[in-house]
Amino acid sequence: MAMFIRVDIDPSVQEDMQLCQRLVEVCPVDIFETVGESNVATVEENLDECTLCDLCVNEAPGRVHVVKLYREG
Amino acid sequence: MRFYEYESKQILRDAGMPLPKSHFCTTDAEAEQAAADIRGPVVIKSQVLSGGRMKAGGVKFADTPQEARGLAEEILRLRINDLLPVGVLVEEKQDIAQEYYAAVTWDGRAKKPVIIFSDMGGIDIEEVAESHPEHLSRTHFSALRPFSDYIAKQAVADVGVTGNDLNALTRIVAGLARIFIERDMTLAEINPIGKLADGRIIALDCHMDMEQEAQRAHADLLNALGLSADDKRQARPPTQFELDAEHLDGSDPRGVAGNLTEFDGDLGLIIGAGGGSLTLFDAVRAAGGRPANYCEIGGNPSVNKTRNLTKLILSRPNVKKIAVMMNVVSNTRVDIVARGVVKGCIEAGFDPAEKITIFRIPGSWEEEGFAILEKYGIPYVDRSVSMDEAARLAVQNMDK
Amino acid sequence: MSILVNADTTFIIQGITGREAVTMARECLDYGARLLGGVTPGRKGREVHGLPVMDTVRQFTDTQRVDASVVSVPPAFAADAVFEAIDAGIPLIVVVTERIPRKQVAQFVEYAQQQGTRIIGPNCLGIISPGKTRVGGVGGAANSTERAFKPGRIGVMSRSGGMTVEIANSLSEAGLGVSTAVSIGGDAVIGSTYAELMPLFDADPDTDAIAIYSEPGGRAEYELAEYMQRSGSTKPIVAFMAGKFMDEMPGMRFGHAGTIVEGKADTATEKIANLAAAGITVADKVGDIPSLIKQRLGA
Repeated sequence: MAMFIRVDIDPSVQEDMQLCQRLVEVCPVDIFETVGESNVATVEENLDECTLCDLCVNEAPGRVHVVKLYREG
Repeated sequence: MRFYEYESKQILRDAGMPLPKSHFCTTDAEAEQAAADIRGPVVIKSQVLSGGRMKAGGVKFADTPQEARGLAEEILRLRINDLLPVGVLVEEKQDIAQEYYAAVTWDGRAKKPVIIFSDMGGIDIEEVAESHPEHLSRTHFSALRPFSDYIAKQAVADVGVTGNDLNALTRIVAGLARIFIERDMTLAEINPIGKLADGRIIALDCHMDMEQEAQRAHADLLNALGLSADDKRQARPPTQFELDAEHLDGSDPRGVAGNLTEFDGDLGLIIGAGGGSLTLFDAVRAAGGRPANYCEIGGNPSVNKTRNLTKLILSRPNVKKIAVMMNVVSNTRVDIVARGVVKGCIEAGFDPAEKITIFRIPGSWEEEGFAILEKYGIPYVDRSVSMDEAARLAVQNMDK
Repeated sequence: MSILVNADTTFIIQGITGREAVTMARECLDYGARLLGGVTPGRKGREVHGLPVMDTVRQFTDTQRVDASVVSVPPAFAADAVFEAIDAGIPLIVVVTERIPRKQVAQFVEYAQQQGTRIIGPNCLGIISPGKTRVGGVGGAANSTERAFKPGRIGVMSRSGGMTVEIANSLSEAGLGVSTAVSIGGDAVIGSTYAELMPLFDADPDTDAIAIYSEPGGRAEYELAEYMQRSGSTKPIVAFMAGKFMDEMPGMRFGHAGTIVEGKADTATEKIANLAAAGITVADKVGDIPSLIKQRLGA
């Protein structure tokens, strides 16, 4: 289970097949994977490896959020 | 890779060096058979990596195969410096008239290989160097040019040897130097080289160490000896705990979290990097702490890797608490290490606030790292606190 | 002034497209270093952080002055890269790569000596002259490097890259700062030893004292002690020796490739006694270095 990082993907991302693919490619620690033909999902076991590089956030500004769970509450 | 005597001798034999007849045996029955094959008095030598075998009773002489069997049985059970032998070498006993010493090693000062030769073999070479320097020669040679025999001749002649002995010894020393350089050894030593009563000159005991970084290039030699290019053998064979750590480190290429050495204390250490670990291990002991292990993290290991190392260290029943400390880090990230150790603690069923005595890793991404530590209530210090002081706090917090 | 490098030093990175080298290039640029570009065979025409990538070292040296090269290629290709840089006439080569077999190191070091090339490393983090330049990754990200390495008048030499940063940081925290810090490398055979770099510090009017990090194994500390006695150098040195525990564990390698106790002379205890006899102050604790330097400087 991821303890430190959660990645929220806006549902609108799922409609953009190319964007989904780019998210998979851009992440240096394989947090994203394609599911089925177009949809993208996060890989639970890789979430905590997130380096906070923001490459995914830059690909989809405002639609992908990296949440630092240790900064919450 | 430190080779046993019987392996080193196989390397010499393959290079055509003169050696006594010998058989490596792992049981007393094999030793009896070996002695019968040799047909004459034999010497039975414990195959351990530790020095001082003779003094410890690991080298014995037998006149008959039955005697050889009894002595082999004894030696196979004899621990030397806490190590059991992997077998015994049963070797033809020699009638020795004179002993020589030859070694090739690296001289970091000259940045070249050096041949050390002496006509006072069989004894501690450091002692010869101190009390009889005229009986010892040091001859550097180029690693860039192909090895020339005259260099070996020079080494032998420099202690005053001449005649047939000079030529026979030159062949042995040149052969040793070639093995050393071609096979990326860090040490190749024959001690003693024996001149026999009949005038022949042969290698009696041998010790070789191959550079770990070069093992892949010599898989042929290692495989022929029944070893793998990935084996690591130092002064003592690795423990299961060390092998487990090595496996974890090897299974994930991202950074280093390993190079673990087992100790018997109660304070588990997650420390780094190379120099930092040496410094911190000393600092913990100076503060009265008893480390359960040495290890090194560095090169920005993944969260997963640090987590697994943490769990492995915490799995040992003697480990009461752990300390997580490094020098000011450049490329390893404070937050990534913090995530790994916290996750490892929690998954091992412990509260990191209680299990971690101190966290002292300042540097790259420390703001994020410190936020994680605060969230989990882990005691930590920043770069204003020295490594020594952090180690003292680690020991002090053991009783909290 | 500083030693080995200054604000004008131009350099390239061999292996610039590698994972670690890309980061190093970014960090050097952010620090204001005059990085010209780098070499990765087959990648000519690409860019790294806007800098050109070439196929050969000559493609740089044919057209411009290159003062130094940082070699950051995998161990199997490292010796070849160093030979290429030497033959291209680059006078200073910093070898970052770890795990190069020492035979290959001895080969390129011997060749470099013949050609009059200076080698730093292998297995090092490079050289930094705070506020001027950095050749290599020592210190990491530019902002954390600025924090750990304040400009000052103390030289640093260290067999450990990490401890170069640790000691520089303690000197900075103590208000002393650093003139030039050299991560000399942790291997058994290295291009430039303490004793070989000391004449440069001796000649540097902006260095008042030197802090040294040292380890068991090898003879570099004896060479330094002899240099101090022979040269009449008057710059105070404060040294720290890690790995005292290794004295009880002969034949075991810890920390770095060169760090193993094979004989009495390799032990921390012997080395400490020898350094002290040469007038070098040996710090019992690494954290004591700044105060001991202040004492030696009479400040």
